Amino acid sequence: MIASFLIQTLNGLASASLLFLVALGLTLIFGVTRVVNFAHGSFFMLGAYLAVSFHGFVGGGVLGFWGGALFAALAVGVVGAVAELTILRRIYRAPELLQLITTFGIVLLLKDVVLYTWGPEDILGPRAPGLTGAVWIFGKPFPQYDLLLLVLGPLIGLSVWLLLTRTDWGTRVRAATEDRDMAAALGINQALMFTGVFALGALLAGLAGALALPREPANHNMDLTIIADVFVVTVVGGLGSLPGAYVAAVIISVVKAWCIGIGDVRLFGMAFSFSKLTLVAEFIVMAIVLIIRPWGLFGTPQSPQRVSAASILPMPVPDVKRLWPLALVALALLMLPLLADRFTVVLATDIIIFALFAASLGLIMGLGGMASFGHAAYFGAGAYAAAVAFKAGAPFFVAVPAGVAFAGALAMLFGWFCVRLSGVSLAMLTLAFAQITWAIAFQWDSVTGGSNGLVGIWPPDLLSGKTAYYFATLLLAGAAILIIWRSAHAPLGYLMRAARDSRIRAEAVGVDVRIIQWRAIILAGAAAGLAGALYVFSKGSLSPDSLSIPRSVDALAMVLIGGVQTLVGPVVGAAVFMLLQDWIVRATPYWHAVLGITLILITIIFPQGIVGTLRQWRQRREGGP
Amino acid sequence: MTAPVLAVEEIGKSFKGFRAVERVSFSVDAGELLALIGPNGAGKTTTFNMINGQLAPDHGRVRLGGEDVTRSPPRALWRAGVARTFQITQTFASMSVAENLLVAILSRESATGLLADAGRANADEIQARLDEVGMGHAADTLCSVLAYGDLKRVELAIALVNDPRLLLMDEPTAGMAARERGALMRLVAERARQRNTAVLFTEHDMDVVFGHADRVVVMNRGRLIAEGTPAEVRANPLVREVYLGSTIGEANP
Ligand SMILES: Nc1ncnc2c1ncn2[C@@H]1O[C@H](COP(=O)(O)OP(=O)(O)OP(=O)(O)O)[C@@H](O)[C@H]1O
Ligand SMILES: [Mg+2]
Repeated sequence: MIASFLIQTLNGLASASLLFLVALGLTLIFGVTRVVNFAHGSFFMLGAYLAVSFHGFVGGGVLGFWGGALFAALAVGVVGAVAELTILRRIYRAPELLQLITTFGIVLLLKDVVLYTWGPEDILGPRAPGLTGAVWIFGKPFPQYDLLLLVLGPLIGLSVWLLLTRTDWGTRVRAATEDRDMAAALGINQALMFTGVFALGALLAGLAGALALPREPANHNMDLTIIADVFVVTVVGGLGSLPGAYVAAVIISVVKAWCIGIGDVRLFGMAFSFSKLTLVAEFIVMAIVLIIRPWGLFGTPQSPQRVSAASILPMPVPDVKRLWPLALVALALLMLPLLADRFTVVLATDIIIFALFAASLGLIMGLGGMASFGHAAYFGAGAYAAAVAFKAGAPFFVAVPAGVAFAGALAMLFGWFCVRLSGVSLAMLTLAFAQITWAIAFQWDSVTGGSNGLVGIWPPDLLSGKTAYYFATLLLAGAAILIIWRSAHAPLGYLMRAARDSRIRAEAVGVDVRIIQWRAIILAGAAAGLAGALYVFSKGSLSPDSLSIPRSVDALAMVLIGGVQTLVGPVVGAAVFMLLQDWIVRATPYWHAVLGITLILITIIFPQGIVGTLRQWRQRREGGP
Repeated sequence: MTAPVLAVEEIGKSFKGFRAVERVSFSVDAGELLALIGPNGAGKTTTFNMINGQLAPDHGRVRLGGEDVTRSPPRALWRAGVARTFQITQTFASMSVAENLLVAILSRESATGLLADAGRANADEIQARLDEVGMGHAADTLCSVLAYGDLKRVELAIALVNDPRLLLMDEPTAGMAARERGALMRLVAERARQRNTAVLFTEHDMDVVFGHADRVVVMNRGRLIAEGTPAEVRANPLVREVYLGSTIGEANP
């Protein structure tokens, strides 16, 4: 028992090494550029694939494996430098949220680059020559390679530390990390250093990807899986802290390894599978740390976030006389089934559902200033809860409210933690939550159907026709969207915007910012849950994809395309996104790349989105502010 | 004898070992204007932040009407009648001047509804309060385009929404012309007399300080070095030394 416990601990330490290398790169980059690089998991994945290919060219042996690792690390370093020179360089001054989304554009782009280059199948990588056996520890076998990994992580960490403390370059990097303005004043060539640090960070991720090969095949889920873990590590360890990154990587990995080690046990006469609890364990660790130290084990409390007034558009009470286009759109939507074919009606139903999803995200992002990279968790929770209720015998009119209630309850749970953070830490936390929710849906076969999902979830006869369901969706989702719009100029909306504009002032006039934000998150979660519940009944089936990270990013893209600072923006964005997707998916399998490039371009060129940009043009023409 | 509206007892605060405020005590009575002065970096703003709960003091107490409110968060203190303006103005930049006041009113009424109309009912009160500080003409102007002095006025209007019993003003007249300064301070003084509001303010303009304060406390390097009537403080050699070369006791430049 003790022996297997120790073995699992060693196992955890080996995993921690890989996690640490990626987190180390992320932390270095963040320290100097203040950008959280979402694409760091993609660099990890790219490293793995490049090492596989190198091995394919060179063949096995020491050169094939270690040469491959070196090659992958350097090549990914170059990719990182190119990304910095072409893209990141342009966004250093942008608001944090936009920076995150730009780097997510890189995630989507690299995803399709990998798909295009290496195809959709998992590829088994080489194993380390001479290290394929096991050593015996406490009478149990332990892979030799894992032992090496276990040492390699801290060793590389130490070399980076020496690089930072013992070299000229390192001293300058640390100066820039501590005080950017000061470093600039000292005449440190920032542009060059930023590129260098970004390349180094990417190199570490690429190296980790190559070193991961003996433990897992190169596959398409590596990027988001590792980045979610790294975000948990960063939140737990404290954003920007190198020792924090290592300690947190160890804690998370070891706890996970223990869960796997305990395996299936019987507790109180019930079969209990700990190995499936790994994600829940991760969640619990993170939750405990956040309750005790919201800024992470080794972090420092965040200074109130910098909000540049220039990036926030005003939201005046709309003039009733200007609302006639809305009435026209409503009329058109009511007439649509008369004029359009079945296919269009189904597409329109989808658009309305996603318009609600996007509007609910727009509520917390636009009015609340809270980034969420995991909004699909609520969409999926609503969908799953409705589907499960339906499967248990509940009729449509009970299952849908059940979905809404469940999503709202989940938002209440997650939101309680979210309102303790802000800015990038908050964004990372939401992503981690969503990934955990996804994994639960993916693994909990008996309830969610696991990776197969659930099928045969259809609305009652009354709504079974596509047109009837269209009208039901229009009514329910439309009402929810109107409530969200209305709330912007209701007390809740004013208080949310107040908290976003100046948290200090809001608190100084008696506003409990956390409670307001919590309410907004619950409202948005419930609304997204309604979208999810309507979605599952329109499709008849459901898979874990409905709460995956890409689904969350779809919502972000919609909000951004339409305009995050406007009320109708997210809805317009949803329509544009869905139509574009419908069109592009038919033309090319590389929809992700197109979306990724779109996101990058929007965040750099039109950060206010379609509606925001139009409104600015109009205001400029009218000569107003 | 009734307790003073505000009593600060031996409060102190260090930042990473640097003692920004050390064992500072003073009190403000109802209807009194107390000026807290001192050179840059003396610890005035830090003291303000500890009084309104934005910073937790390392030691010492803050009492409001005798009641211990140390470490209460700003929002609780606001509900207990403490309002403040900031040295670096804090307003809601994406909103109009009127909406800035509206937020404070909504908070006062504890309105957090999802569907209620926030605007209509309070328009008259907002206009009256803006007129009071001379910003009535700018109700619909966005705060992001206001001049600094005007922002200070808006902040004062926001602070008065709650009819505070203690008003904290951190450099309330910065960014204003000399004549405007006098007018603003007269407004505040009048209000303090009428409603018995205790006012604590910091100020670098000595005309404002000696023209309007009932009493003055002086800080330097985190410590309280003098306290008294304007005349006493003006005559205090220690204060003169601290302000050597500055404008104390001289005419406004
Ligand atoms: N959050 C902080 N962290 C570190 N040091 C701080 C912090 N806030 C204030 N200080 C330091 O504490 C000292 C007192 O600052 P404070 O702002 O209270 O001075 P002040 O009297 O208001 O000055 P001024 O007249 O310039 O506004 C200064 O030296 C300042 O640098
Ligand atoms: Mg100050």
